[in-house]
Amino acid sequence: MLTVPHTTSYLSEHFGDDAFTTLAGYRARGGWEAAKKALTKMSPDEVIALVKDSGLQGRGGAGFSTGMKWSFMPKDGDQPKYLVCNADESEPGSFKDRILLERGSQQMLEGIVIAAFATGAEKTFIYVRGEYAFPAEQLRRAVAEAYDAGLLGEKVLGTKFKHDVVVHIGAGAYICGEETGLLESLEGKKGQPRKKPPFPAQYGAFGMPTTVNNVETFSHVPHIVRNGADWFKGIGTEKSPGTTIFGVSGHVVRPGLYELPLGTRLDEIVFEHAGGVPDSRKVKGVIPGGMSMPILPAGQLDVPMANEFLRERKTMLGTGGIMVMDETTCMVRVASVITYFFRDESCGQCTQCREGTGWMNKIVERIERGAGSQGDLDLLLDVAGKMEAKTICAFADAAAWPVQGLLRHFREDFEEHVRQGKCPFSGSFQL
Amino acid sequence: MVISPETRTAIDTEIQRYPKKRGALLPALHLVQQDHGYVSPEAARELAQIFELMPVDVMEVISFYNMFYDRPQGRHHVYVCTNLPCSLRGARGLLEKLEAHLGIEVGETTSDGRITLGHEECLGACGYAPMMRVDGNYHEDLDEARAREILDALG
Repeated sequence: MLTVPHTTSYLSEHFGDDAFTTLAGYRARGGWEAAKKALTKMSPDEVIALVKDSGLQGRGGAGFSTGMKWSFMPKDGDQPKYLVCNADESEPGSFKDRILLERGSQQMLEGIVIAAFATGAEKTFIYVRGEYAFPAEQLRRAVAEAYDAGLLGEKVLGTKFKHDVVVHIGAGAYICGEETGLLESLEGKKGQPRKKPPFPAQYGAFGMPTTVNNVETFSHVPHIVRNGADWFKGIGTEKSPGTTIFGVSGHVVRPGLYELPLGTRLDEIVFEHAGGVPDSRKVKGVIPGGMSMPILPAGQLDVPMANEFLRERKTMLGTGGIMVMDETTCMVRVASVITYFFRDESCGQCTQCREGTGWMNKIVERIERGAGSQGDLDLLLDVAGKMEAKTICAFADAAAWPVQGLLRHFREDFEEHVRQGKCPFSGSFQL
Repeated sequence: MVISPETRTAIDTEIQRYPKKRGALLPALHLVQQDHGYVSPEAARELAQIFELMPVDVMEVISFYNMFYDRPQGRHHVYVCTNLPCSLRGARGLLEKLEAHLGIEVGETTSDGRITLGHEECLGACGYAPMMRVDGNYHEDLDEARAREILDALG
């Protein structure tokens, strides 16, 4: 099934065109010209300076400056350096990297070659989640075409620069989206995140200096090199430039992908682009950036989708996965699904996370069954609070935030369950 | 030896692509599983030898990842995504109907060994829910009739 975005901009402009998935088609649209420019007319430092100046922020969830990340790679030493492309997209609500692989693998590979040149990396490992069989097949085809055309391998674009790409297939574990969990997994181990420091730029894949970037982050790079930092800064907000591909799911008329400038208002995306809630029902709440990000109630959707604005409402852009819930939705059920997920996916390494995710899920399920007490609400917040900022990676925080968000905005749903001793929302989705 | 010479050659090719041998362990597990449908204790021991690891190192990797199996499975894997975006659009109702249709519960295999049914966490198809993954293929925007049709067509 072809599922191209409903609204497009520079990243996804040609995703409806089958030819764009081939090297010839990509080149006919100006593809690989940016890599040629970077490798033949610029120095690695100039490329890093350009990307830094563009203000590009990582699109994998944390939103860190991409140019800054590249600049952390050591410039000297004879150790091999690596890039890792994080294509382990598994944040619930996110499905943009999939289309970027299925329809835009050449674009991403061009970004990888530019990043490799800038950071001096000799090899890139592209870690694709195991379930993405079809995207991985498209990517493998693109890699083979790029090798055949001399865009990867010994002499990239006829220059002295050498670069290899290895497509690595994961095996189903959410935690491998965390960059050091991913590195452990790449090394053939359980995907349990590493303590930091050292950061990957010092000690990354196989112990070597490594930069990890997301699929979408790499995909922006050729456009920045081709059109310049000022062009990029002209799109989006002052602090969050460029577009992103929002994924809209849940109770909307037109779920799907929408490439729009960062800073597009959430209510515009939900009501104008995605057509609002079906059958004239009302919105109850919207998760703005993948399941780890705290929910916003219907009255707070007038927010530009960029971190500087979302933070004021105690949430974040995350991966731009927007989940819409209508007025029939029981928020305790939502909490039950969310806490089950984090309980299931905790890697078990840190006590606060392993135990905390389990207890949050048990308490929420007790409330949903009608067996909870008023004290359970504060107990939930107490457990969530004790998970934050105490573990090796941000997974525990990501598990605590949505629970805190649901209790902040929908506490009455939880209280009503306790009072009535049952779920009061007969029309809510099935659990 | 349960690992065939062809698969062994493919594993050796994978090993060449990584700076350290162990990097090829996940690719090797995928290859072994393609042949046998799961990774048996014998296969895990042979992999441990190839990778110069203890068998337990291989077993703990198998048990950590959802997509590796340490026991025989049905000929086809059917997974319905039940994460939030899919649940909001009826995934759990669909899964219940498929359980009834196949006469098994989640986690079980049909008595003829044809289908193992499961539920899975987010598969990255949130805008096209409900959906199910049948072996390597995604089936999206499903309703019960279409889902049953797909299952009935599996050999």
